[in-house]
Amino acid sequence: MNRYPLWKYVLVAAVLAVGIVYALPNVFGQDPAVQVSVKDGDLPADIGSRITRALEGTGIDAAGMRRRGGTMLVRLANDDDQREARKALNDVLGDQYTVALNLVSAAPEWLRAIGGNPLNLGLDLRGGVHFLLEVDMEAAIKGAMEQKVGDFRRYMREQEIRYRGVTLEDQSIRVRFPSAEQRSQAAGLLQDRYDDLDFRNLDDAQQPTLVATMTEKAQKAERDSALQQNITTLRNRVNELGIAEPIVQQQGENRIVVQLPGVQDTTRAKEILGATATLEFRLVSGNPSEWADAERTGNVPFDARLYHRRNGQPILLERDVIVTGDQIEDAAGSFDNRSGSPVVVINLNNAGADRMQEVTSDHVGDQMAVVYIENRVQTKTVDGKEVKQRQRSEEVINVATIRDVLSHRFQIEGLTSSEARDLALLLRAGSLSAPIEIIQERTIGPSLGQDNINKGLMSVTVGLILVLVFMVLYYRAFGVVADLALGANMVLMIAVLSALQATLTLPGIAGIVLTVGMAVDANVLIFERIREELRSGNSIQSSIHAGYDKALGTIADANVTTLIAALVLFLFGTGPVKGFAVTLSIGILTSMFTAIMGTRAVVNLVYGGRRLKRIAI
Amino acid sequence: MQLFEFKHQFQFIAHRRRAFIVSGLLLLASIGSLAVQGLQLGIDFTGGYLIEVGFEKPVELQPIRDALAGEGYGDAQVQHFGALNDVLVRIAPQAGISSSKLSDQVVRMLDGTFDQKADLRRVEFVGPQVGQELRDQGGVAMLIALLLILGYVAFRFEKRFAVGSVAALIHDVIIVVGVFSVTQIEFDLPVLGALLAVIGYSLNDTIVVFDRIRENFRRQRRGTVEEITNGAINQTLSRTLMTSLTTLVVLLCLDILGGEAIFGFAFALTVGVVVGTYSSIFVASTLLLATGLSRQDMMPVQKEGAEADARP
Repeated sequence: MNRYPLWKYVLVAAVLAVGIVYALPNVFGQDPAVQVSVKDGDLPADIGSRITRALEGTGIDAAGMRRRGGTMLVRLANDDDQREARKALNDVLGDQYTVALNLVSAAPEWLRAIGGNPLNLGLDLRGGVHFLLEVDMEAAIKGAMEQKVGDFRRYMREQEIRYRGVTLEDQSIRVRFPSAEQRSQAAGLLQDRYDDLDFRNLDDAQQPTLVATMTEKAQKAERDSALQQNITTLRNRVNELGIAEPIVQQQGENRIVVQLPGVQDTTRAKEILGATATLEFRLVSGNPSEWADAERTGNVPFDARLYHRRNGQPILLERDVIVTGDQIEDAAGSFDNRSGSPVVVINLNNAGADRMQEVTSDHVGDQMAVVYIENRVQTKTVDGKEVKQRQRSEEVINVATIRDVLSHRFQIEGLTSSEARDLALLLRAGSLSAPIEIIQERTIGPSLGQDNINKGLMSVTVGLILVLVFMVLYYRAFGVVADLALGANMVLMIAVLSALQATLTLPGIAGIVLTVGMAVDANVLIFERIREELRSGNSIQSSIHAGYDKALGTIADANVTTLIAALVLFLFGTGPVKGFAVTLSIGILTSMFTAIMGTRAVVNLVYGGRRLKRIAI
Repeated sequence: MQLFEFKHQFQFIAHRRRAFIVSGLLLLASIGSLAVQGLQLGIDFTGGYLIEVGFEKPVELQPIRDALAGEGYGDAQVQHFGALNDVLVRIAPQAGISSSKLSDQVVRMLDGTFDQKADLRRVEFVGPQVGQELRDQGGVAMLIALLLILGYVAFRFEKRFAVGSVAALIHDVIIVVGVFSVTQIEFDLPVLGALLAVIGYSLNDTIVVFDRIRENFRRQRRGTVEEITNGAINQTLSRTLMTSLTTLVVLLCLDILGGEAIFGFAFALTVGVVVGTYSSIFVASTLLLATGLSRQDMMPVQKEGAEADARP
């Protein structure tokens, strides 16, 4: 009685062996490294020798170098070397390369080859920034419609259709006509030209009006593209920050998660991610006295809009936008050759360049203004209700005389050097078509992260030791068996978490602690059952057998219900709490194996098939 | 070592009225406290800013309050967090300032308040709409967990058991939330997660007792419903206490050694384990009896059907 077939012993031993192997990388820890990648495209073949040469000059020895995906990881001896190496590589390799600080597993090659990695630490343990951003979809659609307003005007002029005015109201364009015939003529032509718009007549006796709204399908496409564009832009900006392993991910329909692990300068990260600035180029309308009049009386000519300059002076600009930020291909902060003052050199895409050329060729000698627009969305509580408020601050940052016909490449002046740098960075990374708002932020400083690790480890260690001692005192020999199972459970949990590269968070460590307490439950159930059977006068062997047998159903039921709670937690939890659900679930599953099959294997091996007078339980 | 002399039988069921009174008082106190002073909700649910800054040496809070008031944040809450050199600043959502700017501003300000450097340890910002969502989501998660458990227990046992266990769970959750209301310890997202874990744990305990009740009904031909239930509680008592004890030991480690960041979470689990243990001994079975459980309910139905078919 109480003998396992050989294969069961082998299975238990094999699972444990695999567990030890995959838990092993955590013992080796991580080495500091710098990570080199190219902003566009693949690393050149000679990158290895270039890095070696760059480091030779500094006297730093690279402890190892290897390619991973599109990056090159250079392992270094310590943190000081890491910083020095980053600086040296940044200087030598230049702007096309991103050099980021990272950590690499110090485990031997064979372990990495079979996919053995150390635990993946969450932001609350390693420090870093977590942002949840929301894309303002209404503004995205409105922005798309705004571009069409100018288009409408130009097209109807070309087609020689007479109209009274084109305005944007909410998300629909209203075109007013002198007569119904002109309206129906225009409706036909416009409908042909824009298959993403729905047109309907608004019957107002005096003024026949045509209302254009975006079709459902086009709205959805617009939303998708706004989200994707934002994700791409954020990725580019994040790359500019030079951070290893950033995460930029879609969440839900209109949200984006950005995680920047290990980032030190959180202020700069936020500035670059959070701002949504764009530019518009517009022709200046009228003269200074007209501007002052417009400011005073509020009467603005129909084809112009009133703006303010940085010093508060009013200025009138034409309603039609020449070029918008999304037509900017590249922008770089630089210094003007002659004056030496900071400038931003801008490159436009073809559509933008054509339009710029078209407008400026008629207006050489006229003035053109650059409007710097900052979009911010804020949620305010008004009368107990949450209201989204869009704040659009528009500022004319520069008015310059068009000296020549502009096309693909030109420059903006009148910025301070830091403004030029920041503006160039934002513009280079691509301008955002729809404003985004940070709706959640979680920044953990590196010192707190290390604190959390230390405290978490301390709790696990002390808790584990106490439980181990307690079990031996209470169940003696069987307590030792349960302790073995508990140890094996810890190894398996860490192995599974490492192999799956699940993220370990602080609540996740709490999950491990809780599992330590709960994992012995199965053994307690079994051992209490064995004691009961012994008390009823059954033989030792049959008591052991019955104890395991009868406790099994109870253990299963009890664990399934805990799993249900953990599953719900996983589905609804966010961030760190999800980590708790993961470790708890994994812990329950591995503990079922170690506490039932694992302890049985040991018990069978020690006691099985023997005549026993008494057992220590 | 044994916790209990096995021959002794505690009369849990006979004294169930006392348990009802204790539970009734606890529930009343919890609901009363919730109604009167509510919960100290964390920024996960209210929205707002939380900035934690560490200094090398202990600092006074008043200069920080003054400096914040000078910047127009007079309503900011400032407190020490864990140690005297750790400061936590809470600010309600502000109109007109983006999250990134506000936290930078506060950190810069704290940096300049004393002649020592402020080390930014943590910034959390939750927009009001996210707070609302998390509140709703948390409630939904709780309901779904309870419904799934109700379904599972009804499927594995019987519907009376399901009602008994879920009622006991609701009892536990209300008391744990009540403790958070009375102590005014911050109730944040991790605490809500801990509540779900408490549900899982408390149920675990209850299921073990119920399992034994079912088993005893099938094995023992004699005995009233009360006797059998009482017997089952006694038989599992040792296990219930033993498991609770080991779990409590590790949770206390977490309470004491885990640091401020995890305290609320660990504390919710600790209270939950104590209440869950109490309820699975005193409340769940009593509620089960209150549903009018009888011996007939426990007889395996399918087997009788099979026998009937097998008859010639």
